[in-house]
Amino acid sequence: MLKTVSAIGFGLMLAGALVGTGCSDWPGKPSAKIEKKSAADQKSADFSLKDAIGHPTPEFSLKDANGQTVHPADYKGKVVLLDFWATWCGPCKVEIPWFMEFERQFKDQGFAVLGVSMDEDGWAAIKPYVEDRKMNYRVLLGNDNVSTAYGGLDALPTTLLIDRQGKIALVEFGVSKGKEEFKNAIVQLLDAPRASLPVGSRGALALLTRPGSR
Amino acid sequence: MALAAPWPFLQGQAPGNAVLSIAPSPRLTIQRGATAEFSLKAELQAGFHVNSNMPGDDYLIPIKLTWNKDPLEAGQVIYPKPQQVKLGFSANPISVYTGSFELGTRFKAPATAMPGMAFMNGKLRYQACNDKECLPPRTVDVRVTLDIQ
Repeated sequence: MLKTVSAIGFGLMLAGALVGTGCSDWPGKPSAKIEKKSAADQKSADFSLKDAIGHPTPEFSLKDANGQTVHPADYKGKVVLLDFWATWCGPCKVEIPWFMEFERQFKDQGFAVLGVSMDEDGWAAIKPYVEDRKMNYRVLLGNDNVSTAYGGLDALPTTLLIDRQGKIALVEFGVSKGKEEFKNAIVQLLDAPRASLPVGSRGALALLTRPGSR
Repeated sequence: MALAAPWPFLQGQAPGNAVLSIAPSPRLTIQRGATAEFSLKAELQAGFHVNSNMPGDDYLIPIKLTWNKDPLEAGQVIYPKPQQVKLGFSANPISVYTGSFELGTRFKAPATAMPGMAFMNGKLRYQACNDKECLPPRTVDVRVTLDIQ
């Protein structure tokens, strides 16, 4: 059985009169700006990946390297591995070759990898990295909104597997699973009966995939 | 294996990012026209590291301490000797700090500095990881209480 394990706990806090305020430079962390939250915003803020299994994939609207806008709905009917990562994240480097292999192996079976980079320096940092590593899957530039929508993204990598119905089937914090565990989970999701697909979507993978999506 | 949700994952505690603590510092007394050494004492939670000021990989975010331009003049920050650590995710050792470490700065008080109590403000930027995951980069404000004489 697959298990998701949070790798770390927390105890120390910034302390002492020496230190004033601190802030995360993560683009998704709440800013000091106080805004009135809409009901939808509040719903996003309440979402936690810790309790996300079976939850519909939170919405996002992100650009890929070609400037094309991508939404989760573009991939409905496919099994998606959604990886939040950054170029400065050492542990993320471990998984990227696995995900490239999964993309090659399973893309013709209704599978896609989406890598959402949380680099604050944007494409200037991401593009050379993607080229250096010959990453073969679609990479998107993350932002505050996607971080909030996914419960804050406390650490990277954070990886989700999304089933063909667009529901979250697996959440992985950090690198605690091996390649084979991911692969087995992908295979199971690809092999899962489609009986539970919404009426009208059965066998309509191509129609559910927008032009430009993998 | 059944795929029916919820899968039997262990839903662990999601990590936060306050894994670096900075010790309170005694007041720094400095004479006008003179210099004084200051040490910023930091401690990382066990299992975590921050990249050194020269991590040896363009993609990694170096630790960096910067100071405002007044009321003192800050000399070059003296970073401690880093550890070369081989972690599960790196093919080669990476240059990091772990545990307790100190960042030194030599301050100079201009001869024209106003005597009395003052503050020297700066920022410490760092990015912490353990061998499984990385926390977002952080920038924290640092402040030294001064007694300029």
